[in-house]
Amino acid sequence: MSIRIEQVSYTYNIGMPTEKQALKNISLDIEKGEFLGLIGHTGSGKSTLVQHLNGLIKPSSGKIYIDDVDIHSKEISLKTVRQKVGMVFQYPEHQLFGETVYEDVAFGPRNLGVSEEEVEQRVREGLAKVDLDYQQLKDRSPFELSGGQKRRVAIAGVLAMKPEILILDEPTAGLDPRGRDEILDQISRIHQAEKTTVILVTHSMEDIARLATKLVVMEQGSIVLVGTPNEVFEQADYLEQIGLGVPQVTKLLRTLQAKGCAVRPDLFTLEDAEEEIVRLLETKKNGYA
Amino acid sequence: MQVAEVLPLRSLLVVVIFVASPLIVVKDLTHIYAEGSEREWKALKGINLEVNRGEFVAILGHNGSGKSTLAKHLNGLLLPSSGQVIVDGIDTADLTRTWEVRQKVGMVFQNPDNQLVATTVEEDVAFGPENLGIPSVEIQQRVAEALAEVGMSEYRLHSPHQLSGGQKQRVAIAGMIAMRPECIVLDEPTAMLDPVGRQEVLETVLTLNKKEGITIIYITHAMEEAIVADRIIVMEEGQIALTGTPRQVFSQVDLLYKLRLDVPQVTALAARLRNRGYDFMPSDVLSIEEMVGLLCQSE
Repeated sequence: MSIRIEQVSYTYNIGMPTEKQALKNISLDIEKGEFLGLIGHTGSGKSTLVQHLNGLIKPSSGKIYIDDVDIHSKEISLKTVRQKVGMVFQYPEHQLFGETVYEDVAFGPRNLGVSEEEVEQRVREGLAKVDLDYQQLKDRSPFELSGGQKRRVAIAGVLAMKPEILILDEPTAGLDPRGRDEILDQISRIHQAEKTTVILVTHSMEDIARLATKLVVMEQGSIVLVGTPNEVFEQADYLEQIGLGVPQVTKLLRTLQAKGCAVRPDLFTLEDAEEEIVRLLETKKNGYA
Repeated sequence: MQVAEVLPLRSLLVVVIFVASPLIVVKDLTHIYAEGSEREWKALKGINLEVNRGEFVAILGHNGSGKSTLAKHLNGLLLPSSGQVIVDGIDTADLTRTWEVRQKVGMVFQNPDNQLVATTVEEDVAFGPENLGIPSVEIQQRVAEALAEVGMSEYRLHSPHQLSGGQKQRVAIAGMIAMRPECIVLDEPTAMLDPVGRQEVLETVLTLNKKEGITIIYITHAMEEAIVADRIIVMEEGQIALTGTPRQVFSQVDLLYKLRLDVPQVTALAARLRNRGYDFMPSDVLSIEEMVGLLCQSE
């Protein structure tokens, strides 16, 4: 499924003293199967933008197309749009309500009107995708689980809808480092195995750099940078200027380059940085041999 | 004559003991949630800890390791199932003195939206001292000082909901400062903030610690924030698993990974380079500057 955002603007509280233009003429194409990282600091408009993609917010002007269909046209119902575009909000565990894990995950698919057999199948699959044990957890109250487990149950509930586009707004906020890595790995697996289009909203550069195929940087309601992670991190000075910063290893490589060392400044994973520095050290060693 | 000589000496001695004694003493602290029910859960299993006046202590540990439970004991929000917590000489279990304890140890929580109660920033900061029954002239002065210390004076008439996350946390911190506490406990104060907000909060906390001498206990998952602390305590399964300076703690990369934690990226990079045979790389590199120094020196 592809998404086309065409000249979308959105203003909150029109005509009130608190009127604020949150999105300013945004245009963006998201290809099927893409893993898009949407970055920007608080208030840059990224959450407002993703809420447009499943029709939770209607643009003040402009259009949103999903597979070439305008989502606010009569050709498609918002219910269908929301089934195709699954949205995991910030702190999704605050929205758990079922008496059991099973009931919670089953809520979405049941509303789609699929058979109870299919509901069960989807609950099993949804929980498996986030590495939760169906037998062990299905009858437990979601409120007894740990923070990380609750969040995964909430994500399983969205996955059970079998969305073709999965949007996650800060899915790792507040998790410990391992919990964060686990969720990101699961999302990455879902993206690869199911060819699901993923849009991940975050302000963590380290998280997004190694996962996304494309990064979109937002600032004050506009898109200011689009490109591969390498291309975007090359603009480190600009990113810092708008309060985003770059991964620590990118900063290290840039500092080395500024000191005259021949290293690439656009790398951002620990693995790549390691290789680059080993290369640097070996070149130096050989140069003096 | 003799008495006159002895007295000042004695009072001096008292002062010395008072200053040198730890601000917070935690002795064999255990905490059991839902005791006696089938959901009984032992969150703290015999914690012993002393926090000195003016110290900056960072507490790390994965979710569920007991960090927040420990924090809530430090100002009597929770009381020990067994063991003791002494704050500036007061046992938190002494319920007649709970308000004294809370005035000495303020808490700032993760979610900035849950902590602000008033319609303007100024009123919000005044809320605590008003409850202490302080005369209004002094309250005004305290509020003005507290807002200046967190760099939020110009926002004093704003409504809290117009502020960014980092600004809200700074207002929450100002609310604590206005109570003139000895110590502020911050439980993941930056978890919901963007990089700018994180930096604002961390810098504010550091300034309070270094300039005002306020003792800081800072719970975080962000390893690069923990490196500014005097001491790091790592919790695991309700116990203290590791404690030391940031350098001592972060040099134990493998142990930290095992405890579901992380190390700063440059520290991890140094460990990887050591594993590749570059022995000149120490195991306790914490900053970009150090790493650059090491790599440029190696020529």
